Amino acid sequence: MGDPYGMPIAHGVAAGMGGIRTAGDLVARMQLAQKMRISEAKAFVADKLNIGVKELSDVTVMREIREDLDLGVITSVPGCAKGIEAKARIADLLGIRINSVERLKAKMGRA
Amino acid sequence: MTSYPTRMGDGHLVEMTTDELRRDFVAGAEDAADRAGVPALTQGEYERLLDLFTNPARVVGVESGNEVVLTHDIGTLRLDGDQGNSGVGIPMGRLQGVQVHERAFACDTMELGHVDYSWKPVKPIIAQEQQALEMVLLSTIIPIFYGAMPNLGLYYAPDGPFGNPSDLLPAGKIKEALEAQEHAVEHATRDMVYICSKLAEVGGDAVNFDTTGAAGDADFMATLNAIEQLKASHPELGIQVGMAGEFVLGIHGGFRYDGVRLAGLYPHQQVKLVEKAGADIFGPVVNTNTSKSMAWNLSRAVTFVKACVEAAEIPIHVNMGMGVGGSPVFETPPIDSVSRASVAMVEIARVDGL
Repeated sequence: MGDPYGMPIAHGVAAGMGGIRTAGDLVARMQLAQKMRISEAKAFVADKLNIGVKELSDVTVMREIREDLDLGVITSVPGCAKGIEAKARIADLLGIRINSVERLKAKMGRA
Repeated sequence: MTSYPTRMGDGHLVEMTTDELRRDFVAGAEDAADRAGVPALTQGEYERLLDLFTNPARVVGVESGNEVVLTHDIGTLRLDGDQGNSGVGIPMGRLQGVQVHERAFACDTMELGHVDYSWKPVKPIIAQEQQALEMVLLSTIIPIFYGAMPNLGLYYAPDGPFGNPSDLLPAGKIKEALEAQEHAVEHATRDMVYICSKLAEVGGDAVNFDTTGAAGDADFMATLNAIEQLKASHPELGIQVGMAGEFVLGIHGGFRYDGVRLAGLYPHQQVKLVEKAGADIFGPVVNTNTSKSMAWNLSRAVTFVKACVEAAEIPIHVNMGMGVGGSPVFETPPIDSVSRASVAMVEIARVDGL
C-alpha cells in the first residue's frame, strides 16, 4: 500500500538492487529457486558473473554484462533478448529452472 | 538543544531533540521485546537509528553493497486502482502495469493480481487469470508472483456460506463460531490450492499469500495448509507469505500447526511454521501506531523483525507498505520516513528484502 512514488520507488531508491538495470532480478531468482538468504544469493550471482558483490548493483557494470550475455536490458534496444528469450538465457546462466522457460521447452518438444 | 524534523505515526511533521529521540527508540524497542519475548536493540543499534533520524538529508539510503531485493503486494492496482488500494487511477491493462514496474520503476520482481485481491473471487475466473499470467510471463524478465489475500472473511455471512464469527461470538454461540471457522479453513484451503495449481500449470514463478492472518488464526491455518499441499503437488512453484499484523489474532483459538497453537504468535515464531509448511520467502508485518512518533514505531518494528531474521532459515522480506514496517499511516507516505525505515530494516534488522 502507498502510492507508487511513496512506496516502490522510494524503497527502490533507498535500498533496492535495481531490477534489470542491474542484477536485482537475478538475485531474486536465487532467493526463490533455492531459498537463499541475501548474502548467499548475491555471492552466487556475483560468482556466476565473475564480478564483485558490490558490482551487482552498479548500473555501469551490469549494463555491459547484461548486453554481453544478452540477459535483457531495461531500455528498448532492437535485437536484445526480450521477455522469455532473456529468461531462457538467465536459466542457463544460473543453472536454475524457470517455470515459463520449461513450458517453452515443452512446447518446442525439448523438455 | 537542537531539534530535528521527524514524523508521528500518522505522518505529520514534528520536531524532536536527541534526548526525545533516544527515549522513544528505547521505549519502542522495549515494547516489542516485552510483547514478543525477544531482545531489545543494542546501544550501537540505537546510535545507528539516531544517525538516521538526525541526518539532514531528505532521503537516505543504504551503503553501497547493502542493497536488497524488493517484492510487492497489490499487483498493478497501485497504478490502475482507486484510492482504496493507494491506486493512482491510470487506465491501463495489467500487462502494461507489470511492464511499467519492470522497465520504468526498475523493480526486482513484480506481481499480478485480481482487482479484488482476494483468492476466493479468482476461482470462477481462473482461466482469465491464467491467460493474463501467460501473456505477462512471455513478455517480462523479472520473477512474476500472483498475489492475493486468503481473506477468510469472504467465507462468512453475508458474503459466504458460513456463519460469521463476529456475529456468533457476541451472541454466545461459541460452538457455532468455532465450527464456522473450521469450515472456512477447509474451503479456503481447497480454493487456494486449486487456484495456485492452475497458476503453476501455466508456468507462474511464484504466488504471494498477502495479508495472511487478517481474519485471525483460521486465516493463517488455511494458508499453512495450502502451502503444504502446494509444495507437495507443485514443488517448482515459489511461495511467499506476507502477514497482516505483528501477532496472530486468536479468533478461534484452537488451531494448531505442527503442534503449535497459532493464536498469539509473533513474527519470529510465525516464520518457523511458514518454513515448516514449505514457503520460500516470509514477510513479517509490524503495525504502525499513529499516536506514537516514528522513532518509537521504527525502533519497535526493527526489534520484532531483527528477531524474525535471526530465527529464520528462509529469506525475510519485511512488509514496508503504508502503515507497516516503520512507515507512517498516510496514503502518500513521506519519503523521508520511508527511506529511513528502508535503511533501518536493511542495516539493523538485516532483512533479505523488502
